[in-house]
Amino acid sequence: MIEEGLKNELQKQGVYVTSLQELYNWGRANSVWPLTFGLACCAIEMMAASMARFDLARFGAEVFRPSPRQADLMIVAGTVTKKMAPLVVRLYNQMPEPKYVIAMGACAISGGPFKQGYNVLKGVDRYLPVDVAIPGCPPRPEALLHAIMTLQEKILNQKLTGPDRPRHLNADVAGEFPVPAYGKHDLEPPNNPEVWQPPAIQR
Amino acid sequence: METPEQIKSRLEAALPSAKIEIIANECPAGERSLLVDAPSAFAAAQFLRDDEQLRLDYCSNVTGVDWPDKELTEKVKVKQVVEGVEKEVEEVKKTVRPGFLEVVYHLYSMARKHGPVVLRCRTENRTDRTQLPSLTPLWRGAEFQEREVFDLYGVVFTGHPDLRRILMWDEFEGFPMRRDYVAPDDFEYEPTPHDEVLAEAKKHYPAEAKAEAKPEVKA
Ligand code: SF4
Repeated sequence: MIEEGLKNELQKQGVYVTSLQELYNWGRANSVWPLTFGLACCAIEMMAASMARFDLARFGAEVFRPSPRQADLMIVAGTVTKKMAPLVVRLYNQMPEPKYVIAMGACAISGGPFKQGYNVLKGVDRYLPVDVAIPGCPPRPEALLHAIMTLQEKILNQKLTGPDRPRHLNADVAGEFPVPAYGKHDLEPPNNPEVWQPPAIQR
Repeated sequence: METPEQIKSRLEAALPSAKIEIIANECPAGERSLLVDAPSAFAAAQFLRDDEQLRLDYCSNVTGVDWPDKELTEKVKVKQVVEGVEKEVEEVKKTVRPGFLEVVYHLYSMARKHGPVVLRCRTENRTDRTQLPSLTPLWRGAEFQEREVFDLYGVVFTGHPDLRRILMWDEFEGFPMRRDYVAPDDFEYEPTPHDEVLAEAKKHYPAEAKAEAKPEVKA
């Protein structure tokens, strides 16, 4: 690992020194390709963010891929109904590593206005590891841009070695997430305890 | 357009076996509707579609309504002999109107530029005799909406080309839009509960509800 001061000094002399980790993360952070995938009203804001006015292309994330095989990022934009949830998990499983999830809007975070209903999943984090959550109903395109920037920061800070290296570089961590089955009234299981560990409520 | 009464009389002339009723509506719009008995509903609908004056060629909307058993109270004057004198006494009579499921069709005419004519059909009960004739063969646009009524209310449309659940998954049991549907109890903590959610919260966290009732006075 090269010292920061030495690196700066070398850069002044016209020598650019970097590490493989930095180069790798820099490349990945600036080409986060999302999956073309919208579930409800939040998707409209996602589309707005990708169009000329907000221009998601500035962050290298404008290439919405029509196939999960080519996508790095799943923007869960909208209400995840219980009927849709297994398909969302299946799509996520089909994406190649490294992959990330942004939960966009109140619905994707917690079920939002439909939380007490019989047919809406109370948050996509029950089945998927969410990296960035954007509150709002719907969040403005700027909020999505902020989420992409937050995600980029997260990617840039990932270590390629060591115990806290990301999932795709750790052979011991399972990369598949179990797809829930349709039950008589709810999904079975109602959540994936490996992913979803809600904090205990203090009262 | 013709009034419901005119349509009713012409329908009765065309279909002598049909039992047709005009249902009043108390809301400000006062839109009245035609209630047709299930056996003649298909023929009546066909008449409405093909009749030269009506030509209701467009079914804009299919709705399901659940009517559970309802207790009706009626005040009846009964003659009673009290102490040898005949008197009129008011008595409250209670009757239970058995529940049923209802399907409402809103029909318009693109050709004649009028509408809507509101057509209603009722099932015999809410449990086992929930069949109604499907009007999809007459108005193709009713297909998905009838499937939705089947899915959420449990009305079985005979003659429907493809009667499956449409919004809920196939394994789902029960009809969630019926008034007596009980959703699985999966209440979760809510920071600001209100109305029904508050009632749920009190059921799940009785201690907290008590504490909330007596808010602490802060200096
Ligand atoms: S959070 Fe609001 S805007 Fe977004 S999908 Fe849910 S209801 Fe629609």
